[in-house]
Amino acid sequence: MTSSGILQIVVFLVLLMAAAKPLGAYVARVYQGEATFADRVFAPLERLLYRVLRIDAKGEMTWKTYALAVMLFNVAGFFAVYLLQRLQGSLPLNPAGLGAVSPDSAFNTATSFATNTNWQGYGGETTLSYLTQMLGLSVQNFVSAATGMAVLVALIRGFSRKTTSTLGSFWVDLVRSTLFILLPLSILGAIVLVSQGVVQTFGPYTTATSLEGADQVLALGPAASQVMIKQLGTNGGGFFNVSSAHPFENPNGISNFVEMFSILLIPAALCHAFGKMVRDTRQGWAVLAAMMVIFVPLLTLCVWQEQAGNPALSSLSVDQAASALSPGGNMEGKEVRFGIATSALWATATTAASNGSVNSMHDSFTPLGGLVPLWLMQLGEIVFGGVGSGLYGMLMFAIVAVFVAGLMVGRTPEYLGKKIEAYEMKMASLVILVPPLLVLAGTAIACATEAGQRGVANPSAHGFTEILYAFSSASNNNGSAFAGLSANTPFYNTLLGICMWGARYWLVVPTLAIAGSLARKKLVPTSAGTLPTHTPLFVAMLVGTIVVVGALTFIPALALGPVVEQLLAHGS
Amino acid sequence: MSMDAKRSLSSPTPDEERQPSLGSLLRTAVGMLVALTLLTGVAYPLLITAVAKVAFADRANGSLVERDGKVVGSRLIGQAFEDPRHFWGRLSATSPAAYNAASSAASNLGPTNPDLTKKSNERIDALRAADPGNDAPVPVDLVTSSGSGLDPHISPAAAEYQVRRVARARGLGEDRVRALVRAHTEDRELGFLGERHVNVLLLNLALDRE
Repeated sequence: MTSSGILQIVVFLVLLMAAAKPLGAYVARVYQGEATFADRVFAPLERLLYRVLRIDAKGEMTWKTYALAVMLFNVAGFFAVYLLQRLQGSLPLNPAGLGAVSPDSAFNTATSFATNTNWQGYGGETTLSYLTQMLGLSVQNFVSAATGMAVLVALIRGFSRKTTSTLGSFWVDLVRSTLFILLPLSILGAIVLVSQGVVQTFGPYTTATSLEGADQVLALGPAASQVMIKQLGTNGGGFFNVSSAHPFENPNGISNFVEMFSILLIPAALCHAFGKMVRDTRQGWAVLAAMMVIFVPLLTLCVWQEQAGNPALSSLSVDQAASALSPGGNMEGKEVRFGIATSALWATATTAASNGSVNSMHDSFTPLGGLVPLWLMQLGEIVFGGVGSGLYGMLMFAIVAVFVAGLMVGRTPEYLGKKIEAYEMKMASLVILVPPLLVLAGTAIACATEAGQRGVANPSAHGFTEILYAFSSASNNNGSAFAGLSANTPFYNTLLGICMWGARYWLVVPTLAIAGSLARKKLVPTSAGTLPTHTPLFVAMLVGTIVVVGALTFIPALALGPVVEQLLAHGS
Repeated sequence: MSMDAKRSLSSPTPDEERQPSLGSLLRTAVGMLVALTLLTGVAYPLLITAVAKVAFADRANGSLVERDGKVVGSRLIGQAFEDPRHFWGRLSATSPAAYNAASSAASNLGPTNPDLTKKSNERIDALRAADPGNDAPVPVDLVTSSGSGLDPHISPAAAEYQVRRVARARGLGEDRVRALVRAHTEDRELGFLGERHVNVLLLNLALDRE
């Protein structure tokens, strides 16, 4: 690792931890309906929305109503994105004259954006009109993220309320997430991005004549506004095909830092907001600590492997050593302005969070460098994870961890003053086990069928990893890819779409069911026999639970992919 | 929990009885989608576009570079250079031709794929054919393709590797070419973000002006 690389990573992590506290406190105020400095601009808008839509801002929902509202709203969003893609050819704001998207691809993309996965089966600049990008994708970037945050808030209320049957109003949580958190941060960030060179225009593509006489068509568009929310909302679907590797999405070190920071900013802040809302901030820090304990070693492995370079090139006359004049390392699929350290940091952050945007191509990573993003997704997108969804996934693991601890000492397990009983355990197990099932079953189907095998781009073990990566990404709502896989086929569009749908809503419903069940319970007063859940011991137990589940489930599959490739790469 | 408490919880509470019907939830869902679409899908991008037009018109429109009143490219987008008199950039995997800025793409070649080694070897051969006698190891960014297929930059080491060839092809002194490279080498942003890089298009434009 280079010293400049280490410096960038350290500054990144320190700033992230420093920002988590103030933003988290603000987020908690937003959800508790308290006054904030954004009220002046956004509170009148909020009241207007409620009045026009005849929403009772004090209306309370049971968990079933809450879940139903989530589903209906998301299904409506799905149809909007689907129809926009199918009809874009005859709609305005389409200067490149792009036609209707095929039904299977439109299904896949609509599912992908409604579920906060943002898997890209399409190439933005060659497939989607400006109108589809704005009214379809940008909107889902906001509201799918806000949906995740709302579900998290409902779960937190399950812990913080007692003997009640309601969890708040989905409409209010959705609107407040969008208006008070996502929109202000997006406006600020998008303006910073434009100032660095991210394009933002409704003008048509420009044609230039290159120095050596060739015509070069420059794809443009309203990218900055969409790029900013795709990062903040852990969405990740790029405006252009190569996402944030594209110089018009991510032109330099500053834009790169802003975008990368935005991936983890809200997920980190939500940990502190959680602590505030359950009135014990130590609980939030403990969860954040568990995330960091998993994140930092994996990040280190990724940077180290990428900086070490590709053994296949070391037999050629190629200089892969890092110096003051060269980033060195494994540069295939990476951009010179980012080099190795920030490419590896981005890859780790984007898969720890369920973001999935890329600034380098994961398919060309070294075997173990590529294992890091793959395994982070397979852990269930809970190390930071998606905005909202990451933390509610993590809290499911916390429930399992206190349950296991309770079994060890023979006491009734409690978490945050609520008894954890058979019902909660069943639901938490569903949340934890469904994504791995989708990953492994989907991979098996693709490997066993001709339609699945045909999509593979790279030979041997790496080809298997491409398939495993695709299903790990879709089934955990990440969206990044080993992009060599030709996934824009009816087979992959359909199967991956089903995985995305299952992974999102199959988890939302049991999560809300737990919230409803917890809200009904009494608060158990802390006693000498209560297992404290803010201590390093509990952090270790939580990390242990996550790693054991993630390792036991996926080591056989990982052994067939990246591990075999690592042995091949270094053996010959 | 006593039986009484249990019963009181399982019978509907006032809140539970006031839950909205499916139809009313559906109407609210569709209305909410329309309202939030207007806000985040129309007002928000228009606001950013307006700010961009006023404050950063050049950058928002693609940081275009003109020569003699004609657009020759963008400062941020690389171009295909094959002439030995120009500095060459990264390999580009876009199709149908390299550096197709209407369709960004990467090679996605895995680390053990024989095609990766083959492409690198071909680049090494081309570089050496254009610069006989230069047997120095080639900086890695010159023999690998970029993530976007549009990388406008090379490392300072990759520029230095080509200085002798460009100087000879143009009949310029190596020191003059090296000075131009230095003038077009950009430091890490804020001194520590990203990597040092040379903008190939701007460097070649400067060379063409010599």
